[in-house]
Amino acid sequence: MLLQQIINGLTLGATYALIALGYTMVYGIIQLINFAHGDIYMIGAFIGVAAVALFHQNFFLTLTTAMLACVVLGVTIERVAYRPLRRAPRLNLLITTIGVSIFLETFMTVLKGPQPTGFPPVLKNVTLRVGTLEFSSIQMVILLVSVALMVGLQFIVKYTKIGKAMRAASEDYDTASLMGININRVISFTFAIGSALAAAGGVLVGIYFNSVSPYMGVTAGLKAFVAAVLGGIGNIPGAMLGGLLLGLAEVFGVAAGFSTYKDAIAFTLLIIILLVRPTGLLGRPIQRKV
Amino acid sequence: MSQWLASVIDPYYQQVLMLVGIYIIAALGLNLITGLCGQLTFGHAAFLSIGAYTAAILTRNFHMPFLASLILGGLMAALFGILLGIPVLKLTGDYLGIATLGFGEIVRVAFTNMKITGGAIGLAAIPRASNLVNVTIFVILAVAAAVLLENSRFGRALKAIREDEIAAGAMGINAMWYKIQAFGIGCFLAGISGGFYAHMLQYLNPNDFGFLKSFEILNFVVLGGLGSIPGTIVGTTVLTLAPEFLRFVQEYRMMIYGLLLVLMMIFRPNGLLGGVNFRRLLRRRKQKATALSS
Repeated sequence: MLLQQIINGLTLGATYALIALGYTMVYGIIQLINFAHGDIYMIGAFIGVAAVALFHQNFFLTLTTAMLACVVLGVTIERVAYRPLRRAPRLNLLITTIGVSIFLETFMTVLKGPQPTGFPPVLKNVTLRVGTLEFSSIQMVILLVSVALMVGLQFIVKYTKIGKAMRAASEDYDTASLMGININRVISFTFAIGSALAAAGGVLVGIYFNSVSPYMGVTAGLKAFVAAVLGGIGNIPGAMLGGLLLGLAEVFGVAAGFSTYKDAIAFTLLIIILLVRPTGLLGRPIQRKV
Repeated sequence: MSQWLASVIDPYYQQVLMLVGIYIIAALGLNLITGLCGQLTFGHAAFLSIGAYTAAILTRNFHMPFLASLILGGLMAALFGILLGIPVLKLTGDYLGIATLGFGEIVRVAFTNMKITGGAIGLAAIPRASNLVNVTIFVILAVAAAVLLENSRFGRALKAIREDEIAAGAMGINAMWYKIQAFGIGCFLAGISGGFYAHMLQYLNPNDFGFLKSFEILNFVVLGGLGSIPGTIVGTTVLTLAPEFLRFVQEYRMMIYGLLLVLMMIFRPNGLLGGVNFRRLLRRRKQKATALSS
């Protein structure tokens, strides 16, 4: 029973982690809370639906299509809406992200209507049994794909040149650009990866819950954001840890009988963490400069 | 009075004007916290909802007079603001914003699950007590209070904290105490605004007070120009009227609204009236007058 809940929690947490990575990477480099990120996840899920419905693609092609389309979307949004505000007050940039978020949500509502749509079947849902444990093949796929993507991300960030540039930029934006790093390219790349991961999360969640709606990005986005803060915003392993912890906390909260307060669990956890360790579990303490 | 008003102004316009006034009261509160004191908060809608539900329940279930329940709603919001502020205001910048955002969502979920608030179905049959006259009176009171506060010792202390909290502390300003006071007053105004809102729409739903509502109010203040009272009024008016003017484009209107936000931020990064206050407006008029007379 306990192990069962852990598997459910990890499945949910893995999808939070995928979205949280986008928040954390963008925050790490330009200190921006990108509120439109949850909507990119939503668009990713819809593109997944379209890919299956229109071209009858298999699972991996669907995933790739959604990820590629969202890369284009994420980079375009950054280019058109965020880049002109690079030197503006940060609050303005924040409001721009909200503007983009409202735009994307209503765009999808106009296109598809506000009702949730089902996700056409792309994966066979087989229930696997190990002893008394029961989990579905879809849960396994979610876990495997998320882990693969996160390992891939770690590889990019740790061992490639652009990853090194990203780390440098998140350390010190201005010095990095003085050292000859093309900061615009780094930021575009960050948005590209973040959007791709969010799109993957969207498709996986769409398949898992068999439901996709224009407003699915709001709550999921907020929770993923909580996950990012939980682990220490700007910290990539932190976002993964935060996502998994949050997934577990929610599943156990529901099991403990707080199901009507499910959506409050994440935020209560958030406030507690912020009060005890303001920079998150894996975050570095902020230095107060006098 | 209200009958006379109804014959002069169309009820629809009255409703829209009232909404502008109600939002101005809330936005002035947020301007005090974020604009003047520099503390980022993403949970203002929560205090709006606390005030709204308190006032609505008091008039609806306990038949209290409107004015009394309005004030009690404001005080309740202020109480919660202070209770939240004491632990949370030691956080700075984005982290404070995130914590208040979390609080806002917790309040929304709580109201969705409580019996006395009608849960997810919402609270209906609230007596209609807001009208253009009492809203206008409170807007005038709120603007006057905001102007007086801004130009007082208190307001100067808040500005000092906004510019540099550590330096302000070194100058002997008890930053924490001022921040909590500012938060309390801002939340009181939000609560009053919520009370009017409840007694205008006669129906409350917890989902109307999600984080998007908080951002809507923040947008008013930032678009108008952070820290500027005339700016807050102009920003609120423009952004509240925008969706109404866009009604002819029907389903596309929120899309255009989102686009509008992005464009305004790109082309007017300091807000419409950034750095403008009433004193400067008056001085400019005086200068113009002397220039004309000479």
